[in-house]
Amino acid sequence: MPNSPTPSAKGKRPIRVLMAKPGLDGHDRGAKVVARALRDAGMEVIYAGLRQTPEDIVEAAVEEDVDLIGLSILSGAHMVLFPRVLQLLKTRKASEIKVFAGGIIPDEDARKLKQMGIRAIFGPGTSLQTIVDTARQLAGKRAS
Amino acid sequence: MKKGVRGARRQARPVPRASSPLSPVARRIVSGDRRALGRLISDVESGRPEARDVLKELHPRTGRSLVVGLSGPLGVGKSSLVNRLLQHLKGLGKRVGVIAVDPSSPFSGGAVLGDRVRIDRDPSDPSVFFRSMASRGHPGGLSQSTREVIRLLEAFGMDTILVETVGSGQVDVEIHSIASTRIVVLVPHLGDEVQTLKAGLFEIADVFVVNKCDLPGADRAARDLSELAQLSTPVDGWRPRVVQTSTLLPSGIPELWAAVEEHEQALRSGTQLRARLTERADQELRSLLLARVQGSLDQALRPTPAWGSLVSEVVDRTLDPYTASEKAYRRLIQCL
Ligand code: B12
Ligand SMILES: Nc1nc2c(ncn2[C@@H]2O[C@H](COP(=O)(O)OP(=O)(O)OP(=O)(O)O)[C@@H](O)[C@H]2O)c(=O)[nH]1
Ligand SMILES: [Mg+2]
Repeated sequence: MPNSPTPSAKGKRPIRVLMAKPGLDGHDRGAKVVARALRDAGMEVIYAGLRQTPEDIVEAAVEEDVDLIGLSILSGAHMVLFPRVLQLLKTRKASEIKVFAGGIIPDEDARKLKQMGIRAIFGPGTSLQTIVDTARQLAGKRAS
Repeated sequence: MKKGVRGARRQARPVPRASSPLSPVARRIVSGDRRALGRLISDVESGRPEARDVLKELHPRTGRSLVVGLSGPLGVGKSSLVNRLLQHLKGLGKRVGVIAVDPSSPFSGGAVLGDRVRIDRDPSDPSVFFRSMASRGHPGGLSQSTREVIRLLEAFGMDTILVETVGSGQVDVEIHSIASTRIVVLVPHLGDEVQTLKAGLFEIADVFVVNKCDLPGADRAARDLSELAQLSTPVDGWRPRVVQTSTLLPSGIPELWAAVEEHEQALRSGTQLRARLTERADQELRSLLLARVQGSLDQALRPTPAWGSLVSEVVDRTLDPYTASEKAYRRLIQCL
């Protein structure tokens, strides 16, 4: 039987997520796998693709009015790119949009990034169910 | 002079002022607040009543833009064409809204909306607004609220709106009710697709694009289409144009846009425009009314004790289903 779409806190619309790969990193498997998992959980995932600048990402998030931004990065440039995304969200008065991330991010960096405001960070081998549950939680709605 | 009637109206007629001042949300939209537009589109999509009020307020500011539909089979290059058209239109000083519709999964209700991947633009450029929409179960490939979102983009100040949908015959018919020029995108060696479309092929498009003309077979495909187009009955003197494009090279983009503008010109100077607008308004009113009635019906048909006893009577065979349904109908009419 088909599941009903996962509604977000905003009303009866499905949770919307922007999935983006910031910087020059070409590893896109993780981003695609996570995008599909979120879709299968009833979410609308806008896939922005590779080589996105923080400016591209924040503008897309504003136009698409997403609940969440998912950043996938395996290149090591997260300490530069993630804080910039957070800062731009603030200047666009869009800080209600929450950011979570995954890829190759050392624990030490992950701790710092979470302090700055990245809501959750997942490394290789994380189960897709954990990621789906976290997305639902962040978007402010329990799974039904 | 007939020529340019609609164009003149577009430029010369001032935006009608509503008698009362705009609500804060409406004001943010007309003043170019992108965050406010993004959010209002969501509210319209989820059918929030407050959004309906804003649509009423903004309606006088709509109806003047050029709405172009791009449809066609999966992967023929619709989004890549949108990307190239955005670059071309920027050169012409246009302000462009894009709506890209992808189907929702019938299983999960979710969707991966991937059209944005092909768009390469300056994120600080205020003359473009791109929105991806999932069809959310609406049959045919457009989404329920595409028409409303077009209006919001117009009120926001966009003079050109591009609507991308994955095409089957059904969508192309529907796009007729929202776009003034319909582009159907095909590629070389799409023999079977064309065969299945052929029956109504020339009623569903004003301009045909043979994209990927950097690949072999494009000339042949374009020639076949042109020959068929010559056999179609012209509407207001217009027979579908066939344009070859490549988004890789790129080539054919200015020619494509010229064909769109020529078609708009033919529409404006022709006799069919009023009829087309009338048909659209008729359809929209009908569907709004139907949605309203459907809502009341759902409400009125909720199971009640009276309904339950009627069903029992039919089970016990103390009443036949025909009489029972007539009774129920009389009650229903009173509720509506
Ligand atoms: C496959 C692979 C490649 C493929 C990529 C194919 C592709 N299209 O993706 C190829 C061969 C092209 C490649 C190239 C390179 N690679 Co490589 N590659 C890998 C490898 C082996 C696996 C990555 C992968 O696909 N995993 C499978 C996916 C599903 O897992 P994942 O991405 O980690 O995603 C999971 C989580 O991280 C999380 N997640 C990921 N994104 C997101 C996003 C959100 C929002 C959330 C919530 C969760 C989440 O959820 C997923 C599911 O659990 C890794 C090593 C490793 N074990 O990770 C190296 C690795 C990433 N590559 C590395 C390097 C250095 C490179 C190269 C620069 C050079 C090289 N040595 O070959 C090039 C650069 C390519 C480029 N243009 O950027 C390094 C990176 C080092 C670093 N960051 O410090 C790694 C770590 C190998 C290593 N140990 O040195 N690579
Ligand atoms: N050779 C060639 N490939 C092209 C051309 N235009 C697009 N493509 C490729 O065709 C593929 C699909 O392009 P898109 O623009 O995403 O096509 P689409 O019709 O929007 O796809 P959907 O939205 O998924 O139906 C991509 O790999 C493009 O690079 C072209 O002119 N020539
Ligand atoms: Mg597309």
